[in-house]
Parts: sequence; structure tokens; C-alpha cells
Amino acid sequence: MKAKIHVTLKQGILDPQGKAIEHALDSLGFKNAANVRVGKYMELDLKESDKAKAEVEVKQMCEKLLANTIIEEYRYELQ
Amino acid sequence: MKIGVVVFPESNCDHDCEHVFKNVLGQHVEMIWHKETLLKGLDAIVLPGGFSYGDYLRTGAIARFSPVMGAVKEFAKSGGMVIGICNGFQILLEAGLLPGAMLRNESLNFICKDVHVKVENAATAFTGSCESGQVLKLPIAHADGNYYTDPVTLAAMQANAQIVLRYCTPEGRVTPEANPNGSLDNIAGIINPEGNVLGMMPHPERCVEEMLGNEDGRVIFVSMLEALKKAGQPKMVGAG
Repeated sequence: MKAKIHVTLKQGILDPQGKAIEHALDSLGFKNAANVRVGKYMELDLKESDKAKAEVEVKQMCEKLLANTIIEEYRYELQ
Repeated sequence: MKIGVVVFPESNCDHDCEHVFKNVLGQHVEMIWHKETLLKGLDAIVLPGGFSYGDYLRTGAIARFSPVMGAVKEFAKSGGMVIGICNGFQILLEAGLLPGAMLRNESLNFICKDVHVKVENAATAFTGSCESGQVLKLPIAHADGNYYTDPVTLAAMQANAQIVLRYCTPEGRVTPEANPNGSLDNIAGIINPEGNVLGMMPHPERCVEEMLGNEDGRVIFVSMLEALKKAGQPKMVGAG
């Protein structure tokens, strides 16, 4: 199974990188973009064919290592 | 006293920390490779600065799972003195030995310069030889020093006097202008509720000798030794 994981800063946490990118977009003429937030995307292959078990494992990976749940949230897709 | 300095892959301030305790303050120092699981007879542990594991994923996120951290946690839990400097502070946060987390500096830049910090709590094992409100000039060198915690934890830390150092002007005023990285409440250093674990972003180990032009960092290490002298026995922890 393949896990696709997105880790992003929680809403309300200042994202200066997002802001910098937003300003850059604005300078390039893209006036319609707002609230740019930058996150991480990770992919991994999981040697588990049972989807329920795979979900539990990926969630644990996120909670324990892949995201710092004090400042980040995560979501994942399993295929 | 016997001081352990943990060395993670890509720690780079370990030798400065060794130098302070061994050559400047005349103590026994043991360099501890991160794979060690038994820490024997240590009076204090230092987690030094650097870029452990290349800061991959998040700074300190992988180092916190190094084999040595089990023993470091036990040492801290049993009351042992632990100081985390810069990357060491980040590792203590990721390991949950101190509350909160580090964000990227607000300016997004790696900032390398002298700053001033105010000693907000001079009653800790790390600041006992300081005056309350004393201003120390210390260098910082980091990209992720923007300390964050939730409002409830911040209030508890303020009530418990866990905020030990705050960025300030040379005159000791805590202002937004004196904050180099956007850190919440100008926080530069904190301790745990029990008072035996301290994390600080500035580098006191870089200014302990007159020939370096600044000795302001020395008082942190002197405080630690004084506190250890008052406390007594070394500790043995770990699975071996």
C-alpha cells in the first residue's frame, strides 16, 4: 500500500514562509491569492495490505515522528 | 564533577561544551556518542548545539529518538541536571522534556549575532550565580529559534517562573525590537517545572573566556557547578 502524507502548520500558527510566498505572488501580478501556507508532503510504501491496519500504522507514524502535533496537523491517503 | 556531553551525528558545539567544563572550569568531561544506552556516574548532561541529523524533517525530531535519549530521559526524570543549548534545546522540546516547540525564525533567516538576554529567574540551578534581572550578552546562531507554546502552557510557565531567559535590549528592556526571531514572549530559555532541565537558544559556551572578548556565558556553567556541589551524588541510569 502507498501512503501519501501531508503535514501542515496548524491554523493560527504564523507561517512567515507562506507570507513571503504570498507577497512574491502578489508582486508577480497574482492578486487573487491569499492565505498561502507551506507544508510537507511525504510518500511511503507500506508492507501492509489490510487497509485498517495500515491506517493505524500511518497514524502512529504521524503522531510519533512525521508531525509535531504541538504545531502541525497531518492528513493522509492510503492507496 | 563529571559532565556528559552527548554527541549526535552533526552536533558541532560539543567540543566547545567540552572545553568549557574541562579546560576552563577543570571538571571531568565524558563525550557520549548518541548510541550509548548506559550513562554512568554523571552529574550533569549537556545536549550541545549543531544540526543533528541535518535538521531533517524538523530540527531535533530524529535526534530525540537516538538510543542515548532513553537514558537522558531517565536521568532527567530522576532529577539529574540537563542543559540543552540551541539544537540541544530543540531536541529537549521534541523529546517532551520541555514544553512547546520551535518554529522557523520569523524573518526566515539564519541569524548569527550577539543578542542580550535578561535573567528572569535567578533561582534556578543554571542561573543561581546570576543576579535577578542581570543582562547577559550571548551569541545566537539559529534558523529555528522562534519558540511557541499554547496560551494555557504559557500561562502555567509564567506562573511557575519557568521562563528563565528573555531577549532584551542591552539595558534589559524586553521589547519586540530586541526579539531576534519572533519567539513567543521573547523567550530565549526555559526550565521544566521540576527545575532540573533547561533549554536555551543562545550559546553561553561561546563566551566563557576573556580572550574571546566576552565572558557572559560563564555564569551559566558556574551556576550549574555550584548547584551540583550543593546537591551531592552522581547518578547511574540506563539499561546497559
